[in-house]
Amino acid sequence: MSATSETAFFDTMPFDPTAPLTPSGNLRRRAAVSRTVQVSATVAALFAVAVLVIVLFGVAKRGAAALSLSFIFENPSGLASGGIFNAIIGTVEIVIAGALIALPLGILTGLYLTEFSGARSRTARLLKLALDMMAGLPTIVVGLFVYGLIVIPQHRESGFAGAVALSIVMLPIMARTSQEVLLLVPNSLREAADALGVSRWRTVLSVIIPAATAGIVTGAILATARAAGETAPLLICNSLYAQDSTSLNLFHGVPSISMFIYQSYDLPLPDAVTRAWGAAFVLMMLILIANIGARLLLARSRAKMRR
Amino acid sequence: MYGLCALAGVLIVITLADVIYQLANNGSLAISHFGLGFITSTEWKPGFSKEGAGALLFGTLVTSLMAIVLATPLGIAIGLYLSMMAPVRVRAIVGPLVELLAAVPSIVYGFWGLVVLVPFVDGLEPGLHSALGFIPIFGPASPVGISVFAAGLVLTVMILPIISALTRDLFLTVPVELKDGAAALGATQWEIIRGIVLPTTVSGCASAVVLGLGRAFGEAIAVSFVIGDANNVNKSLFQPGTTAAARIADQFIAPVNPLHLSAMFYAGLLLVIIGMLTSVAASTIAGRFDVTQRVI
Repeated sequence: MSATSETAFFDTMPFDPTAPLTPSGNLRRRAAVSRTVQVSATVAALFAVAVLVIVLFGVAKRGAAALSLSFIFENPSGLASGGIFNAIIGTVEIVIAGALIALPLGILTGLYLTEFSGARSRTARLLKLALDMMAGLPTIVVGLFVYGLIVIPQHRESGFAGAVALSIVMLPIMARTSQEVLLLVPNSLREAADALGVSRWRTVLSVIIPAATAGIVTGAILATARAAGETAPLLICNSLYAQDSTSLNLFHGVPSISMFIYQSYDLPLPDAVTRAWGAAFVLMMLILIANIGARLLLARSRAKMRR
Repeated sequence: MYGLCALAGVLIVITLADVIYQLANNGSLAISHFGLGFITSTEWKPGFSKEGAGALLFGTLVTSLMAIVLATPLGIAIGLYLSMMAPVRVRAIVGPLVELLAAVPSIVYGFWGLVVLVPFVDGLEPGLHSALGFIPIFGPASPVGISVFAAGLVLTVMILPIISALTRDLFLTVPVELKDGAAALGATQWEIIRGIVLPTTVSGCASAVVLGLGRAFGEAIAVSFVIGDANNVNKSLFQPGTTAAARIADQFIAPVNPLHLSAMFYAGLLLVIIGMLTSVAASTIAGRFDVTQRVI
């Protein structure tokens, strides 16, 4: 009885546990769909990297023709010759002035969010929303704002106005990175300081900030790199004239690399376009090097904190 | 110390309020002259004191939507690749490379777009028009390739790293137990993505897309290089046009009269209101996810 039913079972569904599994039609279809998705996601990533390479290579190829030591270390002479030293110095001036405004404010905001208010408190959420809004402000509008705030009352476009505009671009980035890094500072440090009866501000100044310095610095570098490439606020707030000499007075028009590119492409001279490519290459290299350096630093300090 | 920190926070909120005030104040001439009709009027003739932001807003919307339509699937695919599919070593290289796309300054994108992308688009457009010309957006091509289409492509490249980096971080937050559980039930990778990863992060992804949209709305310089500053409301993507931000970048330095200048402040005010609404929308949609304009 039992023997016959067993043989009947094996006759209808032959099952050999040692045989390799073969997918049915449905499983094959599912695997194929999954495979297609994987391939297209890989292609998408390759596409993004390819775009980066195409942009970098395009700028490098065209910029290399203009590049020389004198292009970097000499002031311009005439309409389309000489170097862009003044513009490099100008960009550095404006960006550093902007960073000097944004850095303290950014660190203080980050400290407020992490040390002085609960992460879920209403003020903290409001402040985070305000920071997001600030980060979402179109940079051209930041330019308009500073034009109304500083340029109109002073009756003068100036590097200082440009620096203020850039500080608004930098501030949310600095605040966000400071906050992120401060959150990584181990709570045991705060508790140890509290146990010793150290007041909160002293803990912040002598324990928390030193522990987070590397992260804050990298945030500052990333923010300045971002601001260094901005054109729109400088176009509006910083004078278009005064482009030919090194200017150390921030309260007058200060030349900058991005404005140099913007203006050179308008000149009807082939040399001017080549020089614009050269300047674009210099600007991009400065920013990319700062970015990559900051990222490496950040990764290292994060690893150190997590340990 | 607490006072100083609170002061910094207050200063940020005051600055935001002052942004609105300065734009409204300097735009008051245009606001009282044109009223709300400014938003719908498509005329922009500064010499005749006729300004309307209709064409600007139309161009802003069209370029940004085009960028979003292209960048969303690409960005999410890259996010998936970087969070779930790529080998760890590849991840560590490709991830930062994609983020570097966001570090390239907008003026470089603009200049590169004008000299490299525009001629490429010029070659592309006739083919697209003859193949897909029955769809209105693929209308007759512009003679030189400077077009809304080119601006949309530049914006796509600019917001792609934002969407891909944000969604990658989101996908990494999906609990590994959920994914492993699905895999143990025999789900393929696509089924894990479709059934687990995307549903648990959908609000965060939507928020990332809105953030990208906000960035696309406000980009001025890169767009102004490739779009042609034409006051144009045209169904075809292949015609020149302009956006609110690009118009300000193009005409701010040489205003024809005070009303013209004021009208640009008015356009800037509209842009800020749109931008702030997208920020609020992004953080509302995000819900429990802490999606924010991160440093990239």
